[in-house]
Amino acid sequence: MKKFDKERALLAVAGPVLALVAAIVLTSIVLIASGKNPFEPYRLMLEQVGFSDIQVLIINQASLYYIAALAVALGFRMNLFNIGVDGQYRLAAMMTAVVGAHVALPSFLQVPMLLLVGLLTGAFWAGIAGVLKVTRGVSEVVSTIMLNAIATSVIGYLTLTDNFGVLVGDNITTGVMKESGWVPGINLGADVGEIYGLVFLAVLLGIGYWLVLNRTRFGFDLRATGASETAAAASGVDAKKMVFTAMLISGGVAGLSGLPLLLGDSHTYALTFPAGLGFTAIGIALLGRNNPGGIALAALLWAFLDKASPALDYATPVAYEKEIATIMQGLIVFAVVISYEAVRQWGLRRQQKRVGAELAAAAAGNNNHKKEVAA
Amino acid sequence: MHALVGENGAGKSTLMKILYGMQKPDEGTITVAGEQVAFHSPADAIARGIGMVHQHFMLADNLTVLENVVLGSEKLYGIGATARKKIKEISDRYGLNVRPDVLIEDLGVADRQRVEILKVLFRGATTLILDEPTAVLVPQEVDALFDNLRELKSEGLSVIFISHKLGEVLSVADEITVIRRGTTVGTAVPAETTPRQLAELMVGSELPTPETAESTVTDKPVVEVKGLTVYASGGASLGELAEPAGTGLLTEEVSEADGVRRVLDDITFTIHAGEVMGVAGVEGNGQSELIEALIGLKNADSGTIAFLGEEITSWATRKRREKGIGYIPEDRHRQGLLLEAPLWENRILGHVTERPNAKGFWIDPKGAQEDTRRIVKDYDVRTPGIDVTAASLSGGNQQKLIVGREMSHAPKFLIAAHPTRGVDVGAQAAIWDHIRAARREGLAVLLISADLDELIGLSDTLRVIYNGRLVADADPATITPEELGSAMTGAASGHLEHVDEAAAPEDEAR
Repeated sequence: MKKFDKERALLAVAGPVLALVAAIVLTSIVLIASGKNPFEPYRLMLEQVGFSDIQVLIINQASLYYIAALAVALGFRMNLFNIGVDGQYRLAAMMTAVVGAHVALPSFLQVPMLLLVGLLTGAFWAGIAGVLKVTRGVSEVVSTIMLNAIATSVIGYLTLTDNFGVLVGDNITTGVMKESGWVPGINLGADVGEIYGLVFLAVLLGIGYWLVLNRTRFGFDLRATGASETAAAASGVDAKKMVFTAMLISGGVAGLSGLPLLLGDSHTYALTFPAGLGFTAIGIALLGRNNPGGIALAALLWAFLDKASPALDYATPVAYEKEIATIMQGLIVFAVVISYEAVRQWGLRRQQKRVGAELAAAAAGNNNHKKEVAA
Repeated sequence: MHALVGENGAGKSTLMKILYGMQKPDEGTITVAGEQVAFHSPADAIARGIGMVHQHFMLADNLTVLENVVLGSEKLYGIGATARKKIKEISDRYGLNVRPDVLIEDLGVADRQRVEILKVLFRGATTLILDEPTAVLVPQEVDALFDNLRELKSEGLSVIFISHKLGEVLSVADEITVIRRGTTVGTAVPAETTPRQLAELMVGSELPTPETAESTVTDKPVVEVKGLTVYASGGASLGELAEPAGTGLLTEEVSEADGVRRVLDDITFTIHAGEVMGVAGVEGNGQSELIEALIGLKNADSGTIAFLGEEITSWATRKRREKGIGYIPEDRHRQGLLLEAPLWENRILGHVTERPNAKGFWIDPKGAQEDTRRIVKDYDVRTPGIDVTAASLSGGNQQKLIVGREMSHAPKFLIAAHPTRGVDVGAQAAIWDHIRAARREGLAVLLISADLDELIGLSDTLRVIYNGRLVADADPATITPEELGSAMTGAASGHLEHVDEAAAPEDEAR
């Protein structure tokens, strides 16, 4: 029935909108409390969106966020909390950079090979947590956090100049990758910048995520496991295999999340490679409700807050602290968690009520002319 | 003691939820002890002395009885020795036989219900609401429960009692209210009412009986189980506490010297095509384990299971289901449904690899949706559409959906655990008809039910399970519920012969 579809769409939108409004209001209160204009910063930031170089920055950043958030969301869909996306992403980016610096195949082989390296490294790192959970019952939350720390050490060790490290100035890098592994971007002119070529990979992954979850048997099993482990087991899902597979896929996707930047721009893994991407992605996946479209919007919003806020520091006549954006991001995560649960419960109850009302109405109609209630 | 009866989806549960403050009324008033009240939450209701025992228990599996009881009311008697003493005291006074330090997950359904009742009494309730309390009990236990309730009544407590079983209602209630489609359609005084009159008030039709016609049993074995044995999980090997995880009531016995309890002990039976084998037993005597071993959720520790001549002991659940084992789980919320998913996705659950739900690797939403519409129509699932969540249907309608789903794949062997639990009389008859029709086509059924009339009426052969063993068999044509009941408590074993002049299992207990 159409109206229940519409209702679901309404509920899906209500949560994020509620959260964003709450976050904006709270941020404004913070601004007022510190004696600033509560509206001016938003105007300043929105102004930034008009500049094409900022637009490019936002899109590029969003592609990284998007892929990482998909990795987190995949876990969420079956009640797995992969906090280790950050470690998986960094380790995978570094390994890819190392392989890219030492292997030189023709471009049409080199790029797929590098993507595969990223994918496998991420999957391997997450797989450790998967094996631990399946065989020993270790909570993936704990093991992935610890694997993050271990990844940091492993990267530190491998990037020693004795191993794969190359000193450039006082920055330790993994050396410049062979050019056949560079993915060309869309060049919009010298003063505008380049959109990463692998932005399209992000789009493809988003489509793939939707297809796999909603249109395949595997995806159905995965969602069923997330919705009710007992019901899934009774329906024939092998829970352990499912946990392990989901962990591998989540890690694999996480391993890809740094590659748009690596293959499109930096061409080397250095200490300056952005850390914390995997943690930001958790908030984005939450805001996007684990839905590929929602995550895309959330990733763009986050990238916007990141890339538009530096302008606040240089605003005239009055400058604002760019940390306002950080405060807002924090408040969004907070508001999201609360508003989603509230909307979910409200929605369930509302639907129960409406189903009851419709049945009563149908029953009243039935008394006159006997007709099936269903249809 | 006030009884509330009505068809499923009539609004009984909703009414009770409002009384208990879980839902707010749109109109109307509630009066408690002459005072008009408005409950905003169960806490308000509890403060007024109203306590509720839900149809689906609200207990934390991994906590002990004591912890569950004090949860949320720590201020009353603390969480330590005082609370334990209080629990013991209540338990003894009403003969509830509850042990405070057992984990809930180790208890059977009947024991859990007693914990729920104790929980309510612990909070000082003076009005008890019981939502279908007898659905899970055998006659003897029902009598015990009613004795408890009468005792409560004599001490000045009020009991509101929801049930489908009209016989019980008539025997125990002082006053009866019948509701249908959300409104009161009548009240009755038990002394002046017959079950038939009550049923007509409820649905406007006669009571169905589950009796099957001529036998359709063939000599083609479908399921052969030999020596099936399953050990209790959390036995001595895992270093659990010395006390065996028994179900307070009956299963004190530890069958092995090494202290490993066998939840299933040397189970052997054969079900033929067209045969319904009923298994009677008090909840918690191995029925759940038997079902889980057959569907593949539990591994057999020894013994074999054969299906159509093929050994399937090591098959995974999915393979068993694909090959034609249908499964109506005992707890539909835990095992049968994805509550927050739409009906058509629930149609896919359990048959994700089969048509019309899937085409090869891909899900086929169109096919599943179409087939869901068919099930909704054929099985009279009352819903405004197939996109609503399963949670928004009433219990009986959820069950009809599950039965429809399992029957749609033409199973050769159906595991039916309480197929009509919580289902109204009309739907009950429909479900029985579907099982009978499939049986004529050669379906083999393992029927587990707490409703002894259903067992006797539907089964071709009857077995009694007690303490993990099949201890007795009986001929459903002659046996009475009372005779069956005594075997279920371990008092009788072997082949049960009907002794008395046949007082056929009539509608009496319904």
